[in-house]
Amino acid sequence: MAFEKYDFTPLTQSIHQGLIENVSPLLTLIIEWTIIGVLFLLFIAVFGLLLVYVERKVCAAFQQRLGPMRVGPWGLLQTIADFVKLLMKELITPKSVDKFLYNLAPFIVIIVPFLTISVIPFAPGLQALDFDIGIFFVTAVSSVGVIGVLLAGWASNNKYSLIGGMRSGAQIVSYELSVGMSLITMVIMAGTMQISEIVELQRGGWFLFKGHIPAIIAFFVFVVAGTAETNRGPFDLAEAESELTAGFHTEYSGIKFAFFFLAEYINLFIVAAMATIVFLGGWMPFHFGNFEGFNAVMDFIPGLIWFFLKVFGIIFLIMWFKWTFPRLRIDQILTLEWKYLLPINLFNILLMATMVLLGWHW
Amino acid sequence: MAEIIEKFISTTDQIKTDEYLVNMGPQHPSTHGVLRLLVKLEGEIVHNVEPHVGYIHSGIEKMTESLTYPQIPHLTDRMDYLSAHMNNEAVCLCVENALQVEVPERVKYIRTIFDELQRLASHQLWWCASGMDLGALTAFFYGLRDREDILDIFEETCGARLTLNYTVPGGVMFDIHPNFQRKVKAFITKFKKILPEYDKLLTGNIIFQNRTKGVGVLSKEDAIAFGVTGPTGRASGFSCDVRKHHPYSAYPLVKFEEKLGTDGDSFMRWKLRMDEMWESLHIIEQLIDNIPEGDYALKMKGVIKLPEGEFYQRVETARGELGVYIVSDGKKNPYRVKFRSPGFSNLFTINHIAKNWKIADLVAIMATFDLVIPDIDR
Repeated sequence: MAFEKYDFTPLTQSIHQGLIENVSPLLTLIIEWTIIGVLFLLFIAVFGLLLVYVERKVCAAFQQRLGPMRVGPWGLLQTIADFVKLLMKELITPKSVDKFLYNLAPFIVIIVPFLTISVIPFAPGLQALDFDIGIFFVTAVSSVGVIGVLLAGWASNNKYSLIGGMRSGAQIVSYELSVGMSLITMVIMAGTMQISEIVELQRGGWFLFKGHIPAIIAFFVFVVAGTAETNRGPFDLAEAESELTAGFHTEYSGIKFAFFFLAEYINLFIVAAMATIVFLGGWMPFHFGNFEGFNAVMDFIPGLIWFFLKVFGIIFLIMWFKWTFPRLRIDQILTLEWKYLLPINLFNILLMATMVLLGWHW
Repeated sequence: MAEIIEKFISTTDQIKTDEYLVNMGPQHPSTHGVLRLLVKLEGEIVHNVEPHVGYIHSGIEKMTESLTYPQIPHLTDRMDYLSAHMNNEAVCLCVENALQVEVPERVKYIRTIFDELQRLASHQLWWCASGMDLGALTAFFYGLRDREDILDIFEETCGARLTLNYTVPGGVMFDIHPNFQRKVKAFITKFKKILPEYDKLLTGNIIFQNRTKGVGVLSKEDAIAFGVTGPTGRASGFSCDVRKHHPYSAYPLVKFEEKLGTDGDSFMRWKLRMDEMWESLHIIEQLIDNIPEGDYALKMKGVIKLPEGEFYQRVETARGELGVYIVSDGKKNPYRVKFRSPGFSNLFTINHIAKNWKIADLVAIMATFDLVIPDIDR
């Protein structure tokens, strides 16, 4: 197919070959790790800032404002200026905090997106790690973040932080379940947990369309639960500013606060990316039936662009939630998960398993 | 093994949960000013709320004792700054009643239209701020955007946007601007399209209804016992509209309905204020085309001296019943002035109705009470 020419495999392979012919295998490994690490660091920093900018513009559009306009053209440099300000700010450690845990928490929170991002295929051949248990890895690793949030809430020695941390703990632990189960539904359909395989299987059609009703239900549940997992509105209880000022990161300042802030946005990207990979065909182009001309045009758009188009679509959807809905109460959030989403999910898994057994999916 | 389990169970018995105190305020985003709530919590559950006022006490009542009667209304702007015009009017009406003078019809009409415009502006700000308290941030900008129109109308006529200072004993300070009627009518047409939008954004939202329905119920008996007035009291079914029961200015001339609620919960309080906005629009519509020609103020004496005695006048502000009580000893400044502010009585029901609800509900209850702190703490 035409879009195969955008495959990154030859590029990565030639770099690997070039290195392995010239230096020892160990050094090759170290150099490759470094390259990947630096690339991810850059990606997270740049993409995090970009998302903050996008959020401010999207929010401004919903609220009939212009958003940042002063720094740089259309305020493009605003988030960079903000970030520089955060970097230069004093790191305040309040007197009565548990120093070790207080300092540890932001690092735990920021580590999670680094780990998760490594299994995400951005384009054909552009994936750092390709496990056979990729999906499992994502769900397992993304649960670690809650420890950081709980630690931050506990160690800050502030009542608002504590309430925020506890709320966040209860919420994330509950919604992990829904995220995991809606992914399992799709794993049943795909028959594999390897992420590259899952994307490859959607060459003939995205899982959202292939899987009939169960896939659509799973997609809906995943987006709702994913929004809750990233602590974003209407599920932003942990930092409900009208109740708890800033929740679990009330006491943090400077770059440590920036870590929490950045992690939230990168987590948003990861949820959107997972939804894209599992439901919307990853970097696969959009094909419509047998319209050869239309499909050929779609094939000319590179996979990388397809991937980010879909990701931004989901991100926009999640931002839309935040800027439209009021916030839920903690017991309502838990009710939504345990009384509605979980039973729906369990039933959905059964439905999907039956469908796969009977071979009803395309 | 059994021993270990037993030991574990016995230790868990010893773990007890404690109530803890949280200071909401004086600096807190949801108290809308410097109100301090000492909240006793167990986990998320509110066990006791103790409002502490006094952080913004400016001594307006004491200051008025050294001011002349035409000077007093200027201070009252700063009490309930969202109902500035009603506050001015309350003092002016009280002085006029004491002097037993009848203001021209034109003044009555202008004052009533201003009252209702002010009520609309106040309710708009309440709508957007309480939306924000419940986490709907977009509402805040919608409300402020539409409030600008009213403030522009005010500015054109009297030069001020927030603290109007428009009413003086005997009339109003200036005649209305030539554009006034046209602009008010344009605003009414525009706002009638916007109000259903407000409902669409929040009132009909399932999350919003879950957050407010059945939360913080104030029964009719309690409302009367605590002296709760205004939309908050009417949501509990307590008919307390001063405009209906003790009409003043042009209110006897207009037809309007006193909306009464039944449930007394947060949603009812919300709904009632939304309905009141419609009523305000109807009142303005009835008056705006019929403003009679005539003087915009009575010719008053240079020095106003009230006869000896006690005088009381009540008006309906956006928050409830504002009473002005003046004791005069026949001099040019009052002997003693007392303001009966609606916010003060409304606030102190909060411990009664927020008990055993969650923190988030406390915020929702406060939002639907529409508190303005300088009104509570003059």
